[in-house]
Amino acid sequence: MDVITFHYTISPDDFTRAGEASSDVKSKLKKMGVTPEAVRKVAIAMYEGEINMVIHAKGGEITVHISTERIEMVLEDVGPGIPDIDLAMQAGYSTAPDAVRSLGFGAGMGLPNMKKYSDEMEIHTVIGEGTTIRMVVNL
Amino acid sequence: MTVEDIRKILGAKVLVGEEHLSEEVKSACGSDMMSDVLAYSKDHSVLLTGLCNPQVVRTAEMLDIVCIVFVRGKKPDEAMLQMAAERGIILLSTGHRMFSACGMLYEAGLHGGAI
Repeated sequence: MDVITFHYTISPDDFTRAGEASSDVKSKLKKMGVTPEAVRKVAIAMYEGEINMVIHAKGGEITVHISTERIEMVLEDVGPGIPDIDLAMQAGYSTAPDAVRSLGFGAGMGLPNMKKYSDEMEIHTVIGEGTTIRMVVNL
Repeated sequence: MTVEDIRKILGAKVLVGEEHLSEEVKSACGSDMMSDVLAYSKDHSVLLTGLCNPQVVRTAEMLDIVCIVFVRGKKPDEAMLQMAAERGIILLSTGHRMFSACGMLYEAGLHGGAI
């Protein structure tokens, strides 16, 4: 079965452009005829991840694999890592600085939202090296 | 209700999307925190916000939000107007504060939608 892959490089410290990759994936999925519900789930989950890569890490890479059964997103950042994943997964827990909150993010909903809108989510993190998050939305 | 109804109720100015004012809106969300909007917003909704940066338009795009109402007279910049226009998202601006603007729409029958 064919798998289509898209790759994006997320540049750090460019908050204005954050979300461009998610936007591109969303419009591609729509054109492919993926159901609106699945498009919405992928768009929200990936957008939150992309924002996190800009806020918390020094950018990174996103790879999206699309097959007839599932959409898999792999987000790899070069960042500080997550010291306590259970704590980070709690709604409302955030380590984002006030400057980020004034931009409308850092409410501690990023990771919980990513879990809520994906059917599978795995986090692999190494302190001082980076975090890789794999999310799957089933079709 | 339609976006045109919202415009009238709030005495709002249309910044972008004059041609889409007949679009139907089924629920509303008022917040300055985009992560909360991403967590709770429903389909075909209108977003009321006092936050004014490009990520507001992006958030609306991800959620297929029909219309963004900027409260307290906030004015988006040219780049935001262009982003919204490209995505078919209507932008309105009202002088009312968040609480009042939400209350006026709620009273007119527009609710937040089931949790």
